[in-house]
Amino acid sequence: MYNSRQRMAEEDETQEPELSDKQKKEIAKWFLLNSPAGEIQYVAKDIRSVLNDDNVYNAAASEAFPLYNKSHMMCLKMPGKSEDVLVTSFGEIDENDYLDPRTAQVVTVDHVKQVCTEVRPASDEELPSPYIEDYRCALDAEIMKYVNEAYPKGICSVYCVRGKDVEEPGSDFELVVVISATRHSPQNFCNGSWRSVWNIEFKDEVQIMDVSGIVQVGAHYFEEGNVQLDAKHECKDSTLFQSPDDSAISLTNIIRHQETEYLAALQASYSNLPDTTFKDLRRKLPVTRTLFPWHNTLQFSLTRDITKELGIGK
Amino acid sequence: MEAAMGLMRRMPPKHVETALSALLSLMPDHSSDLLSQVDQPLQVLCDVDCGKEFILCEYNRDADSYRSPWSNKYHPPLEDGPYPLPELRKLEIEANEVFAIYRDQYYEGGISSVYMWEDENEGFVSCFLIKKDGSKSGQGRRGYLQEGAWDAIHVIEVAPEEEGVAHYCLTSTVMLSLTTNNELSGTFNLSGSIRRQMNMDLSVADGHLCNMGKMIEEMEGKLRNSLDQVYFGKTKEMVCTLRPPSELLQMKLPDS
Repeated sequence: MYNSRQRMAEEDETQEPELSDKQKKEIAKWFLLNSPAGEIQYVAKDIRSVLNDDNVYNAAASEAFPLYNKSHMMCLKMPGKSEDVLVTSFGEIDENDYLDPRTAQVVTVDHVKQVCTEVRPASDEELPSPYIEDYRCALDAEIMKYVNEAYPKGICSVYCVRGKDVEEPGSDFELVVVISATRHSPQNFCNGSWRSVWNIEFKDEVQIMDVSGIVQVGAHYFEEGNVQLDAKHECKDSTLFQSPDDSAISLTNIIRHQETEYLAALQASYSNLPDTTFKDLRRKLPVTRTLFPWHNTLQFSLTRDITKELGIGK
Repeated sequence: MEAAMGLMRRMPPKHVETALSALLSLMPDHSSDLLSQVDQPLQVLCDVDCGKEFILCEYNRDADSYRSPWSNKYHPPLEDGPYPLPELRKLEIEANEVFAIYRDQYYEGGISSVYMWEDENEGFVSCFLIKKDGSKSGQGRRGYLQEGAWDAIHVIEVAPEEEGVAHYCLTSTVMLSLTTNNELSGTFNLSGSIRRQMNMDLSVADGHLCNMGKMIEEMEGKLRNSLDQVYFGKTKEMVCTLRPPSELLQMKLPDS
């Protein structure tokens, strides 16, 4: 580390102050965190090469990968089992341990390598009470049905984020539904991800469930170019607080309805592009609906002729 | 450098300026390579002599000053900057005037600049630039865009004519970003950059300006269509692959 800094100081001919290791680490973190879905390993390789300093790289990676993995809802295989587990902040027990509520297992994760290293059953303290689990499990079952129908390759999970120890009616609690679908086609230069997070507040006193959702969609196409979609939608709804099974059905209906509507709105945004939205940037053709009359290029008369032809005043 | 270019291809296009300045601070020895190979949104200065804005790029820069195509003066003033020869300057003036009209016809606003200079092979190089802010607070006529930017850079190398025919090599880069924001679809942002080349041999009977203008017009049309149909289209396809529209779900598509 000391040698590379010395070398840089010698080669640096400008008066620019040299970057500290901390500054370089922050820059490396920025690149890692801004990687499109499914591309962090490629970005990691490139930034490591540009940094040319493994100590700084490792420090940046150890800070950036956990944040990236949680925000992108990384899906990993549980060792020795057939199930997948989602790594999200909602299931975080500590930075390297994550709960999977459906199987009541806790996995240990290596963030930088993006693999599960261990799995163990969850302890009672880590799990919700039976009363809460009734609601969570019923909702999980309905959401799974919905996700299997609506998403070719979707993964979902339901967590209790508040009130997990509530044992009977009379208190509020909060569940979170997470849906994640990703598609990685690096050979086709295309990657994408859909992430939905639905917060449901069960309000005992008014007997209402308040739903608020955030859906984030991203896509990256990079064959001879670099084009990215970044879309986000927030919505709210409410419905009556009912039994676990009935609540699960009405909540899933709300989520299904909102997500279907959002997809339709996204498609409408795309179809408006060529003739409407894009026009504010550049028209397909001038108002005259003909190509520009370049042929009138005779020295200074050009400007005069063109303005006459196009009928615009000077 | 290859790793640096790889990073630029993956970072969100709307953060290109941050990404580039991050790379410049990590790799100060490669600054000239980075600046010439990485496209970034165009900056603008105001020509104090005529009150018109002009676009900044490597082709009108000398040290830290930039030459205005309107007054032909460097801002801030330079003792000894390079200038195009009188003949070429005449063509440059005309190009700026005509291109401004072209720009207005297609972009309904925006800023344009053209710079020309002689190259070592007795030909010349010209650079046509356009910058448009299409947001509703900018010059977006219809108010669709919360944020919208189109930056185009067209560099044409013109090789001297043989038997009344000149060879033109056009390299075009378009960078764009658009954001719509409404109740139904939330925030929708598409951004990107693409670069293409076109070579043509044309008779000089109609003049260089006419030939170059037509090439640029054709290229811009192609790029606009390509961005819209191919590039944005691919992202749309990806979204529909992640979560197919309900009509398709009934048919139970096989996994592709």
